[in-house]
Amino acid sequence: MNEFLERGVRLTWHEPKPRYDVVIIGGGGHGLSTAFHLARRHGITNVAVLERGYIGSGNSGRNTTVIRANYGIPESVRFYQHSLELYQRLEEETGRWIMHAEKGLLWLIHSEAGVRGEKRRALVNTAAGAETVFLTPEEIKAVVPEVDLSGGGNGYPVMGASYHLRAATARHDRVVWALAEGAMDAGVVVQQRTTVTGIELSGDRVTGVHTDRGFIGAGMVVSAVGGHVTTIADMVGLRMPIISHPLQAYVTNHYQQSFPHIVGSVELPFYVSQTARGEMLIGAEYERAPSYSYRSTFDLLAGCSAKALAYLPFLTDMRILRQWAGVCDISPDASPIMGKTPVDGFLVSTGWGTWGFKAIPAGGEQMAQLIATGETPELIAPFSYDRFAHDRIMADAGSAGTH
Amino acid sequence: MYGEVLTVPDSIGDPDARDVDRVFMRANPNGPAPEAWFHTFGCRRWSYLTRDRSTDDWV
Repeated sequence: MNEFLERGVRLTWHEPKPRYDVVIIGGGGHGLSTAFHLARRHGITNVAVLERGYIGSGNSGRNTTVIRANYGIPESVRFYQHSLELYQRLEEETGRWIMHAEKGLLWLIHSEAGVRGEKRRALVNTAAGAETVFLTPEEIKAVVPEVDLSGGGNGYPVMGASYHLRAATARHDRVVWALAEGAMDAGVVVQQRTTVTGIELSGDRVTGVHTDRGFIGAGMVVSAVGGHVTTIADMVGLRMPIISHPLQAYVTNHYQQSFPHIVGSVELPFYVSQTARGEMLIGAEYERAPSYSYRSTFDLLAGCSAKALAYLPFLTDMRILRQWAGVCDISPDASPIMGKTPVDGFLVSTGWGTWGFKAIPAGGEQMAQLIATGETPELIAPFSYDRFAHDRIMADAGSAGTH
Repeated sequence: MYGEVLTVPDSIGDPDARDVDRVFMRANPNGPAPEAWFHTFGCRRWSYLTRDRSTDDWV
């Protein structure tokens, strides 16, 4: 049985107080991490996290739990590397087992341009503090003997890979619950099954939120909503540079050997890792057409499996057990949008697209610091909402597009 | 192939702000939205329609 349930963590409805200093919309990883860091680092505990469903029921429960920092621009590498290091200490900090497991991540490439791109990635990562090296095909075979370098003769042989040594996976539910429990122990209120229906403004200043359980006053409102962020931003009349796209993934039955790597291709694309249960987890890129539909499709299974099987032939005998979809908030430059907005007292943490899970500790820590001090921390300053109007685009789709 | 149909709200008056909105900001409704689709393997022309993004049905 789940140790969180055994300890009787109280997540039931409390009568809401008429006002909180900070109301966080969205009880996923980012919202709970922000609350956790507000309470633990800054002593701000008059905080409510409002969640429409149950905590972790959105993208925090629909991702593929990959933690990595091998991005393509220094600002991103620094941010995600900080998050990767916070994840390494998260069990210690929360006192909860999140099933954190380090796994080297290989991104295979199949073209001369790809070889140049991944060599460049290794250099950028090394310069910005993340451990990534370039591997030749022979070196790949030595690290992951299961890889078929010929791609099963599909015309796209493996010409090399970037190898990100300190990548990891963690159990998504446990991350969410560890942060929720840590925040609640410190006095934060987490309200499940509470839908925000409107946001009250006085002039240009946020004063509270309307919910299906009544009005709750707020000194500050933070949207930590995933794919549905536009719905929240519409409530304050804020235009968002976000398009919502579905992303699917699936798992097979239990593979009886250990596969302690994450193997993907950035060019095809697809990626494969092994969950703590031993299932092989397979996914690819998000759907090109925007949608809020959570439907799973056979096209994804067929196309993605064909790619994965070509390079990891041992998957051929596996059976598909489960398939799911999440709705991702994709930004124009494939980088997150964090911090203040033109609406006074309304903060956003969005644009997490398909890359939000790995950023949970750092995203929450930095948002909490911003709320506590009123100053945007240096680490997230490049990812501000106003970067679009000032033509400071953090374009990094090649590093973010898959997982 | 999918194409976005851009609309800048009339409430934005400043020409520079309108340019920023047109390039980056999106209505992204969880419901009916005007869309353009390119018929790649056929007539190779754009057609315009309204699709409900919460259900993926044409309306």
